[in-house]
Amino acid sequence: MNIDLVKRIVLPLLVLIVIIQVWSGIAHTVEDFPTPSDTYVAAFGGLNEYDDEVVGVLSDPFYIENVDDKGIFWQIMESLKRVFGGFALALIIGVPLGLLIGMSKNAQYAFDPFIQIFKPVSPLAWLPLLLFIFQDINLTAISTIFITSIWPIIINTALGVKSVSEDYMNVAKVLQFTPMEKVVQIILPVAIPFIFTGMRLSLAIAWLVIVAAEMLTGGIGIGFWIWDEYNNLAYHNIIIGIIIVGLVGFLLDTIMGLIANYFDYTKKGRA
Amino acid sequence: MSEFLSLKGVEKRFPIFGKDDYVAVTDVNLEIKKNEIISIIGHSGCGKSTLLNMIAGLDMQSEGSIELNGKKIRGPGPERAVVFQNHSLLPWLTSYQNIEMAVKKVMPELSSIELRVRVEKYVSMVNLEHAKDKVPGELSGGMKQRVGIARALSINPEVLLMDEPFGALDSLTRANLQEHLMRIQQSVKNTVIIITHDIDEAVLLSDRVIMMTNGPNATIGEILEVNLERPRKRVELQHDPEYIRCREAILSFLYEKFAKEDE
Repeated sequence: MNIDLVKRIVLPLLVLIVIIQVWSGIAHTVEDFPTPSDTYVAAFGGLNEYDDEVVGVLSDPFYIENVDDKGIFWQIMESLKRVFGGFALALIIGVPLGLLIGMSKNAQYAFDPFIQIFKPVSPLAWLPLLLFIFQDINLTAISTIFITSIWPIIINTALGVKSVSEDYMNVAKVLQFTPMEKVVQIILPVAIPFIFTGMRLSLAIAWLVIVAAEMLTGGIGIGFWIWDEYNNLAYHNIIIGIIIVGLVGFLLDTIMGLIANYFDYTKKGRA
Repeated sequence: MSEFLSLKGVEKRFPIFGKDDYVAVTDVNLEIKKNEIISIIGHSGCGKSTLLNMIAGLDMQSEGSIELNGKKIRGPGPERAVVFQNHSLLPWLTSYQNIEMAVKKVMPELSSIELRVRVEKYVSMVNLEHAKDKVPGELSGGMKQRVGIARALSINPEVLLMDEPFGALDSLTRANLQEHLMRIQQSVKNTVIIITHDIDEAVLLSDRVIMMTNGPNATIGEILEVNLERPRKRVELQHDPEYIRCREAILSFLYEKFAKEDE
């Protein structure tokens, strides 16, 4: 038996036991704080502490009661749609802009100060302004994610372009490549692993930001759902929400990592 | 057609902020004949790479002119192919694709079959049939450099410029590649300019050896004719009086007339 595999399974389980102990401790001290078993029942259904039959959040994630009352699956889908909408927009604008900044010193001088100033601003600071412009929850959330995602994409794309070795460019010069051929045949292959690193960072931050953004915009989405459960005094659902957000984020990052590796010529197991 | 490639009064200056320009090479005059193999030898910092880059068109001279077939060189072009010291293969393409990319660009009129035939021909010229579908990361240094040579030759250049092509290789691999180069040169017959700091390599490969003085203000110090029959056999040459004469001439130039202390 692979001893490393055993460790990888057993050690996290030990930590899980500690976490549940601490959690129970908190639940005993803080009044009305959900215990692990309450939360389990709230998630998967069963009998609650008053012996009432409860339908779990996760036992029917696909229900649609009405526009304002949908299962947790739909909440997550709504958040994901916004994240990918904003993320896709950021890609469409960020990659060409990053290529330009990486290739042209003038473009770098022109844009760099603005990138440096706007990059550290929390995207949530833009949210009221965007809400005022669009007067629409969805567009506001998407454009907030756009602003979140665009900086790492621009910066990493430009970095990728700059890491193209002088030697490759000399090859391109001797062969008299046109600017377009240089981009497609030399610059993009070098820059793509960097672009994917930027995309992975962006997506991770976007997933962080969407929860907070939806708490502010309201309506639908996992962030709003968590806030709504707070207002409903259903604190166990907040814990369920946290775990689900974590799992989805982990899944997104893993998928992005796999895609990034697929396009990275240095990681094809042959370099 | 005596003047195939000619350099007249070539000088290269690099500006240094707040000081006088640094003159790397100056007053270089050289006529190179068609099909001639030339080595340029000198200590590091003598501007030999600068000279090669100017012929390649990757760098512009500050003074003087460089002409190929009576036409001034104004930039890089495929008629002057370069084999770079560090091979410069694109790491995401296989050996075959690296050569194919060059041929495709320079000879867009080829049909897909002609293209394949041509690429295969140059792959086998450097005996790399077994490695054609490998990426550079899977090849040894010598194999990479062979792909680099095949890529440079595949576009049918008038001049092959080699910037210390074997400098990064161990001596056995280097000898092996010199053999490859001599064998290929017998069949292809184009003009070759090799930058080197290896005396044996210079004598073995070239018709003439250009010896550069030390920089700054480096220029051509002496030109040595190597009157050895081809094909040349490395082992037999070791006792050949002409070979020994050439070696000694270069040795004396580099270590007596223009000796250089380690900085």
